[in-house]
Amino acid sequence: MPKDTMPAPRTLFQKIWDDHLIHTDDNGSSLIYIDRHLVHEVTSPQAFEGLRMTGRKVHHPHGTLAVADHNVPTTDRSQGIAEPMSRLQIETLSKNCAEFGVQLFDMMDKRQGIVHIIGPEQGFTQPGMTIVCGDSHTSTHGAFGALAFGIGTSEVEHVLATQTLIQKPAKSMRITVNGKLQNGVTAKDMILAIIGKIGTAGGTGYVLEYAGEAVQSLSMEGRMTMCNMSIEGGARAGLIAPDETTFAYIKGRPMAPQGTEFDKAVDYWKTLHSDADATYDKEIVLQAEDIAPTVTWGTTPEDVLPITERVPAPSDFKDKAKQKSVERMLDYMGLTAGTNLQDILVDKIFIGSCTNGRIEDLRAVAAVAKGKKIADNVKHAMVVPGSGLVKEMAEEEGIADILIEAGFDWREPGCSMCLAMNADKLDPKERCASTSNRNFEGRQGRGGRTHLMSPAMAAAAAITGTLKDVRDL
Amino acid sequence: MEAFTKLSGIAAPLRMINVDTDIIIPKQFLKTIKRSGLGVHAFHDIRYNEDGSEKPDFVLNKPEYKNTCTLITGENFGCGSSREHAPWAILDMGIKCIIAPSFADIFYNNSFKNGILPIQLPQEQVEQLMKEAEDNPDAPLNIDLEKQTIQRGNKLSFDFDIDPARKHSLLNGLDDIGLTLEKKAHIVEFETKDKDKRSWLYK
Ligand code: SF4
Repeated sequence: MPKDTMPAPRTLFQKIWDDHLIHTDDNGSSLIYIDRHLVHEVTSPQAFEGLRMTGRKVHHPHGTLAVADHNVPTTDRSQGIAEPMSRLQIETLSKNCAEFGVQLFDMMDKRQGIVHIIGPEQGFTQPGMTIVCGDSHTSTHGAFGALAFGIGTSEVEHVLATQTLIQKPAKSMRITVNGKLQNGVTAKDMILAIIGKIGTAGGTGYVLEYAGEAVQSLSMEGRMTMCNMSIEGGARAGLIAPDETTFAYIKGRPMAPQGTEFDKAVDYWKTLHSDADATYDKEIVLQAEDIAPTVTWGTTPEDVLPITERVPAPSDFKDKAKQKSVERMLDYMGLTAGTNLQDILVDKIFIGSCTNGRIEDLRAVAAVAKGKKIADNVKHAMVVPGSGLVKEMAEEEGIADILIEAGFDWREPGCSMCLAMNADKLDPKERCASTSNRNFEGRQGRGGRTHLMSPAMAAAAAITGTLKDVRDL
Repeated sequence: MEAFTKLSGIAAPLRMINVDTDIIIPKQFLKTIKRSGLGVHAFHDIRYNEDGSEKPDFVLNKPEYKNTCTLITGENFGCGSSREHAPWAILDMGIKCIIAPSFADIFYNNSFKNGILPIQLPQEQVEQLMKEAEDNPDAPLNIDLEKQTIQRGNKLSFDFDIDPARKHSLLNGLDDIGLTLEKKAHIVEFETKDKDKRSWLYK
């Protein structure tokens, strides 16, 4: 082809965008088509109510899948939900789904689980799709090369009514991690290190594309962990180009294309990668070997350090506003500057969430905990599988037995203490080693102190009773 | 949605950066199935003591800021979750405008859908407005969306940027869904073409 007729090189984001663009107004705002919509009980009641009030219908009910996850109890459910507000919210979801013809995995369904775990698990999530949900961690699905982002309730209503959204194209940032991760270092450490580098607002306005050897060698589960926390870096979406690992993961899942349709889909999916000379608005490069097991010490996910370090002092930071917030954080977290991170005692352990509640995560915990007992100072170590199917698999593999034997509490699937909306929460001043994604003040219970880390690191904390470098165990 | 044209009233300084959605409205209040009534719970943990009494040093508890309609605050306001309960709670307190050096994307978006105007200004201008709001709490801050100006007394006056489409919707109180449904023919046309290309999505 002569050079001037060659199509301009595009990023993965641009390709997905172009394939979903319905219409652009003169003022530059675009209407894009939404392929898949996930719905949960907390951010949807007002959206369905809006449809009802305006007499609108769900445009494409098959594009939507609903599940109850944020509010469900993670103990025996056969007696229903005791808390009346939670119960009402979950009953409202069932009623709304029945009325509007939306498929629902209810609390007693074996496929029930955290919304961002069940989408991929069912094959509902596929490359090249646009996927939205009234939940900021929708970025998880970007691991499949789908453009996936969180929306508010007004937008949930908009998608239900029209299967579209009004959007502006985002800027693009490529984050390349070259080399190989060291032993004991995981996808979680990589994403915490990245957020530490770009900051919680560093990705605002961008779609992040993760690339490089260390990213490509991750399993789908590791990729989901990374994309999941894109929002913690301020980006609404993270992307990883789909490859053979992706296709193999999807093949045979209940909601995935089957037979010749699958082959046709793969042909299309193979076109979904950034062109070699595509340009990005911003580029960041890291070396995998430089990343150590990483934990947070403060109350935003950018406050990270390698586990080998010490708690910082406000004066370690240049920015005045940050100094002030570090002071507040140390006070809230009950930490003294200069303390060795590995001398910090923990009270509780939380293993779960859409960041790290998948089977591989539970395997990693079991690998560390096998044949050991949780430390005496650890009051409670919870394991909350991401879905009913993850739970079943873990039980079949013997993981559940290993963890129960070590003293962990093996629970029913849901969001649980990731956001502490149900009964699972920290008491004031309790310190938790958590595999979740947010360490904001009060996130896991009012006054609770959260340290984010990988499943293996959380297991190490459970066994030793302190924040601990898992490589030393 | 209620239209937003002009706003004049008390502005309160909230000197914090990274005010996240858990601070704006903690999760125990997300169990509601309604949009209204969240105002009393807004900023719960920094606003109330354990026993439910008001913390006197929280800015919106101070008598001079009781009737605040504009919040002036630090960078990355509204980071965290997608919960629209955050703008609902703020609106339910009577706050219709937020001024900050930067906002988290989803919160920024959600604000417009509820008739709240988020204004992004350079750090130095935010600082000047913040200082003014601290020093002279009674002087009203005037915001004119049509003209895209903020003005306070005869000392401070700034212009601000806003996306034209959003401005138009806000000024006229337009409902996005209604606007999109007018483009239904485009949507159907898209689906018809797409069915050939990505047939597996429509089974
Ligand atoms: S596990 Fe946590 S982050 Fe994920 S959807 Fe549930 S509450 Fe949100």
